[in-house]
Amino acid sequence: MSEFIQQLINGLSLGSIYALIALGYTMVYGILKFINFAHGEIFMLGAFSGFYLSRTLGVDQPDIVMALVILVFTMCITSAIGVIIEKLAYKPLRNSSKLTVLITAIGVSLFLQYSGQLIFGADPKSFPTIIENIGFNIFGATIGSNQIVVLISALLLMLVLRFIVKNTKMGIAIRAVSNNLTAASLMGININNVISFTFVIGSSLAGAAGILYSINYPSIDPLMGLLPGLKAFIAAVLGGIGNFPGASVGGLIIGLVETFTVGYISPTYRDAIAFAILIIILLVKPTGLFGKKEIEKV
Amino acid sequence: MLFVISLVLVFILNFFTGNMDPYFYTILIYIGINIILASSLNLINGYTGQFSLGHAGFMAIGGYLSIALSTYFAPFFINTFGTGILGNAISFLIVLFAGGIAAAFAGIIVGVPSLRLKGDYLAITTLGFAEIIRVVIQSLDVIGASQGYRGAYIFENGVKASQIPADMSNIPYVFYSVPKYTDFFWTYLFVIIIIFFISNLMSSTYGRGFLAVKDDEVAAESMGVNTTKFKVTAFISGAFFAGIAGALYGHFNLYLNPEDFNFLKSVEIVVMVILGGMGSMIGVIIAAVILTILPEFLRQVAEYRMIIYALLLIIMMLLRPQGLFGVQLRGKKIREIKNKT
Repeated sequence: MSEFIQQLINGLSLGSIYALIALGYTMVYGILKFINFAHGEIFMLGAFSGFYLSRTLGVDQPDIVMALVILVFTMCITSAIGVIIEKLAYKPLRNSSKLTVLITAIGVSLFLQYSGQLIFGADPKSFPTIIENIGFNIFGATIGSNQIVVLISALLLMLVLRFIVKNTKMGIAIRAVSNNLTAASLMGININNVISFTFVIGSSLAGAAGILYSINYPSIDPLMGLLPGLKAFIAAVLGGIGNFPGASVGGLIIGLVETFTVGYISPTYRDAIAFAILIIILLVKPTGLFGKKEIEKV
Repeated sequence: MLFVISLVLVFILNFFTGNMDPYFYTILIYIGINIILASSLNLINGYTGQFSLGHAGFMAIGGYLSIALSTYFAPFFINTFGTGILGNAISFLIVLFAGGIAAAFAGIIVGVPSLRLKGDYLAITTLGFAEIIRVVIQSLDVIGASQGYRGAYIFENGVKASQIPADMSNIPYVFYSVPKYTDFFWTYLFVIIIIFFISNLMSSTYGRGFLAVKDDEVAAESMGVNTTKFKVTAFISGAFFAGIAGALYGHFNLYLNPEDFNFLKSVEIVVMVILGGMGSMIGVIIAAVILTILPEFLRQVAEYRMIIYALLLIIMMLLRPQGLFGVQLRGKKIREIKNKT
């Protein structure tokens, strides 16, 4: 029983990070209808920006205020990177075929990975302890305070996103554009602003996810974004791509399944299980758990 | 006729490669293997327009299966066909085709779900399949798991020894290493086969079906083209040749590591197809040659290699999305219609 609770907490905290990344995928897909492959690399850059920020700010002791400062700065940095990528690589291709954009996105992703390897070095770096890690004992399971911090911050960020999308003018514009881009632009919505804003939100969430992930798993390297990125994408597909609550639920499911596989079956299948879920969901219900069916019109 | 001439040419050229510098010889073989890989992926990605990102997975299946057969069934092959030139050729052909057929079966498994998927989803699913294949190989001890697999074994009374014996001079122990079957002749034999296979296929009525699926699936279907059949056929034949390429690679290196078949290998093949131009036979071959030789020149700056690949992809897509040798659809109207879908 205690092991079950332990895995459950581990899974939830990992899943909430996947959910944050998945939200970025879902937002961009909802509007531009393509997978931003480079999103996993934004997550990686978030972790590295946290690493270098804590170094320049001289944070070597766990400090909740400094941790918050690092988080906010990182979110600003990654959202700037996200917008730059969108302007340079994706915007010129807005009227191109889907395949062209997909290949470009893969190119951007590889470019960021290997430039990162060149700039930051290929060897893993150890992320500083910016959040105190005290173990709590609940039903025999040890739950770190950092896991709780990760869970709560992820939850808060999701609530903020929900507020933005549901209640602000920009949020309404985002929903309008994702519903019908042409009609929205005819109604006087500035499409370019909305798309940039989407990238700002998505990338800042990915950056925050990078920090939260490194708090839990303090070894960071330039290729760390690939697998969490893909798993988060799978989470987005699982929840129904384009659907916000779906992405959060999907992320949690993927995180839980992954930790339970590691705990009860074998750590070897850690990465394969997510892909197995993807294949099953695409065969059984390609629209995802909460997705709506779209019919291809000619 | 052309086919026979090129076969004879390969056979003659084979005699000149005998005393070549081993370094250049290795590159020559890799060029051949990459041409097979890129052309077979071109069949899926280029002609049929299904974006597969998991070609390394098919290659891994072919490579591992063939080399495992060559080692585990070595006594059978030696006893049945002997070790002469002809015997070796027969044994090699058998394992080559076994590798190709196994990969083709994997192609069916990937191809069938792909019928329901498009573009991005298919790319991720194929990537996922390749990752699953790699993880499974990594966990299989009989083929070396994550340490990699060598095509050499110690046999005890004709059966593979369970552990390395302390004293090898004992009679029942025989050290056996799979011969380095892959040479210039075999590699370029299959290069020629795949080139003729694809060019004949594409100029046939049947082959037009692939292009129809790529250009407009809905229109093709309403014209009576069985799009399902063409997609699966593309996956099966593409996977078959990737399996052959893997088997050739395995019997050249006599060592396979699961890491040889990771995501980057798939990307490398995709870059060849895109650089050359999706659906352009000659372009893809030239791209495969360039991208095999290029890293040798970039050896001093090896860390820039992937950055250059990535920039190549982005710049190509921005400036010339049809690839270096690809054909752009003529007429503004057609382009506009194509861009919408």
